[in-house]
Amino acid sequence: MIKLDNIQVIFGKGTPLQKQALNGVSLTIEEGTFVTVIGSNGAGKSTVLGVLAGDVIPTAGQVTIGNTDVTRKGTAARAGLVARVFQDPLAGSCGALSIEENLALAARRGESRGLTPALGPKRREHFRARIAELNLGLENRMRDRMDLLSGGQRQAVSLVMATLAGSEVLLLDEHTAALDPGMAEFIMNLTQKIVSERKLTALMVTHSMRQALDFGHRTIMLHGGEVVLDVSGDSRKTLQVEDLIAMFRKIRGQTLDDDALLIG
Amino acid sequence: MSQIAFWGAVELGLVYAFVAIGVFLAFRVLDFPDLTVDGSFPLGAAVAAVLIIAGVNPWLASGVAMGAGAAAGIVTAILNVRFRILNLLASILTMIALFSVNLRVMGKPNVALINADTMLSPFFGLGLRDFYVRPLFIGLLVLVAVIAVWRFLESDAGLAMRATGANARMARAQGVDTSRQIYLGMALSNALVALGGALFAQTNGFADVTSGVGTIVVGLAAVIIGETLLGARGILIALIGCVLGSILYRIAIQLALSTDMLGLQASDLNLVTAALVTVALVLPRLRRGGAA
Repeated sequence: MIKLDNIQVIFGKGTPLQKQALNGVSLTIEEGTFVTVIGSNGAGKSTVLGVLAGDVIPTAGQVTIGNTDVTRKGTAARAGLVARVFQDPLAGSCGALSIEENLALAARRGESRGLTPALGPKRREHFRARIAELNLGLENRMRDRMDLLSGGQRQAVSLVMATLAGSEVLLLDEHTAALDPGMAEFIMNLTQKIVSERKLTALMVTHSMRQALDFGHRTIMLHGGEVVLDVSGDSRKTLQVEDLIAMFRKIRGQTLDDDALLIG
Repeated sequence: MSQIAFWGAVELGLVYAFVAIGVFLAFRVLDFPDLTVDGSFPLGAAVAAVLIIAGVNPWLASGVAMGAGAAAGIVTAILNVRFRILNLLASILTMIALFSVNLRVMGKPNVALINADTMLSPFFGLGLRDFYVRPLFIGLLVLVAVIAVWRFLESDAGLAMRATGANARMARAQGVDTSRQIYLGMALSNALVALGGALFAQTNGFADVTSGVGTIVVGLAAVIIGETLLGARGILIALIGCVLGSILYRIAIQLALSTDMLGLQASDLNLVTAALVTVALVLPRLRRGGAA
């Protein structure tokens, strides 16, 4: 279970650039739930992911992942609980290392790392089998450097990397945004397959409202650092992209009106 | 070039192979431009020389020298990680400080080791000429170092260090404490450089406070020559490249200096070094430019 309790995040506190990125976000995600997160630029989507991942330490509030209070723990300290796939295909893996070395690195996420050879025959075979499941032919390129792969291939390998070690939550940060439409669809279907097969608790930030409604069990819309929509179950099934866009407009319109009032 | 001069160049190349491997760890694995080596090389020489003269076992003395080098590396890492000083500047600060430290360690700018028992002493007079014994002995030590560093960099722990240099954000997301990796890597790198210094003192019979000047350039030259010759084909090849580069560099210098035609003298060493490193840096780029 994931729990965000009244999270406040203020960037650049006390400076002229002070910005309230999250304003009292509370969120409980049951185990095995796949949540999609939407919102306009600056709504706080990435900050929510950052707070869960440990990149952003909240100004106030409490973060619980599994049964652990991780509020003050840095990224590396809580890596055993959190698996991630980044938006930028280059960010989630080491270009200078081979595919199998990247997998070996990810297989020990959150565990101690000793002097055991990273790529013994057993591990090699295991990694190869997992990569073969992708049907991309990459199992024959295990010793190739990661930066020889296309963006889509890298994201596919990143997804496998995210599931080699256990985790309480999988964070997907617009992980198809940098890909061409065909590859984006492939990665989304792969994500769906991996998340449902392994019954993962997952949080996916996306710009695509279609994706937000087509995948997962629950959709959250953020605006101005607050949760403005939280739908699941039947009410979500009947929700259309048009409805979401209408809501987006309404919220934006409101803020515009507010601004107009202020200026007026 | 005489046979003695040739084997002398090989020997010096092997001594500096430790520097090259250390520089490889800092510059290539950790992506940390570390100039501490200009101080940790004479530090290793100074500590080993002083201890050997005091009657300490030369193996133990060399071990302590490595420890001193590791400490120097950790100081640079602390300045960078804890106090957020730019990595290059942090290493220059340590390097400058070490000049004074080295003078303190030796008590004077130069310590002679001529009649003292060194790590090599037991192997002289066993039938092989001295100028073979020295490169052979140091070559064996280099072999041990290459295998140890290779095995380390291909272990789980070594992979964490390589990821820290290649993509720190990703490394942290995988649970790697990147600060710790920088401490560890800098300690390891400078320990190897200090061992080079300790061996330099024992093969040349002295430790000198100025012997560290340009160590980084020599180490980097070896790394680059190795990369140019062998290409990027994995850790073991890269390490062999460091050793090969270091030896070839010394032979090239020796050739340049012993060719009367060029009219060079020993005092031109730094100029020749800078010219050689520049050539080694520019050649791969020219080649790439030509291919494109």
